[in-house]
Amino acid sequence: MLVRRVWPSRPTFDSPFADFDSVRREMLRLLDSVAGDTFGEVGAGVFPPMNITQDNDNFYLRAEVPGIKPNELSISAIRNRLSLAGNREIQREHERVSYHRRERAEGSFNRTVTLPTEINADKVDAKYTDGILTLTLPKAEETKPRQIKVRP
Amino acid sequence: MAKEARTEIQKAENAGVLPHAEQTRPGPVFSPAVDIFENDNSITVLADMPGVKAQDLQIDLRESVLTLTARVTTPESPNESDVLREYRSGTFFRQFTLSETINQTGIDAKLADGVLRLELPKVEKAKPRQITVRTS
Repeated sequence: MLVRRVWPSRPTFDSPFADFDSVRREMLRLLDSVAGDTFGEVGAGVFPPMNITQDNDNFYLRAEVPGIKPNELSISAIRNRLSLAGNREIQREHERVSYHRRERAEGSFNRTVTLPTEINADKVDAKYTDGILTLTLPKAEETKPRQIKVRP
Repeated sequence: MAKEARTEIQKAENAGVLPHAEQTRPGPVFSPAVDIFENDNSITVLADMPGVKAQDLQIDLRESVLTLTARVTTPESPNESDVLREYRSGTFFRQFTLSETINQTGIDAKLADGVLRLELPKVEKAKPRQITVRTS
């Protein structure tokens, strides 16, 4: 089935029906979730959508930020909190053009997520490829699980 | 709305029915957000396709139907477990019908930072010929 990406802020359509469209999408999403056809998105409803995973040593945060230059992203980490801020600008076309679709959202964003444990903020690694930002966030040493040997 | 009614590109009406995409590819299918605009010379399509690499993107134009298909491979390694999941990776798919005739050889596609920019030049229309009437 076809699933429409849920974009948080709709681009500013000049159409009076733009609001109806967002209501329609929301209804479809609800119907999908009732039908058990959803893919388990939590959908915080904010840009950018993020996935966070973990293994024993690191948290991995991936965010979909297409069309944003890496140097326009501001990332800050403190204790167990991580902030991602930036601005997505869509370049105006110079020539006289008429638009048929304008769905891509633009504007500034600022998100803060709280991670389950503290991270080592000095060793955060950030990578940007193909519109996806990947952060590797090492868990703080003291929060890592430790193997405890039982003495015989 | 009058402006909308005159649009020369319409989203294919049966976009929900995707025989090709559904038969051949498992996993979720997403419709990328697009901007489409045109001037006198060309139609431009901008599509947000985060995570798509150039070799995984297929652009197909036949019988005035433009099809965008792109496969995103999940970047996660198998020993990672979910903490928060707000988006899924899968296949991007979207179709449009174009009413203008496109100059197939002049199509230009660029993919940068997860955004596709597709330029579809229109075929030049025959210039109207002015016929002057001579007077004897």
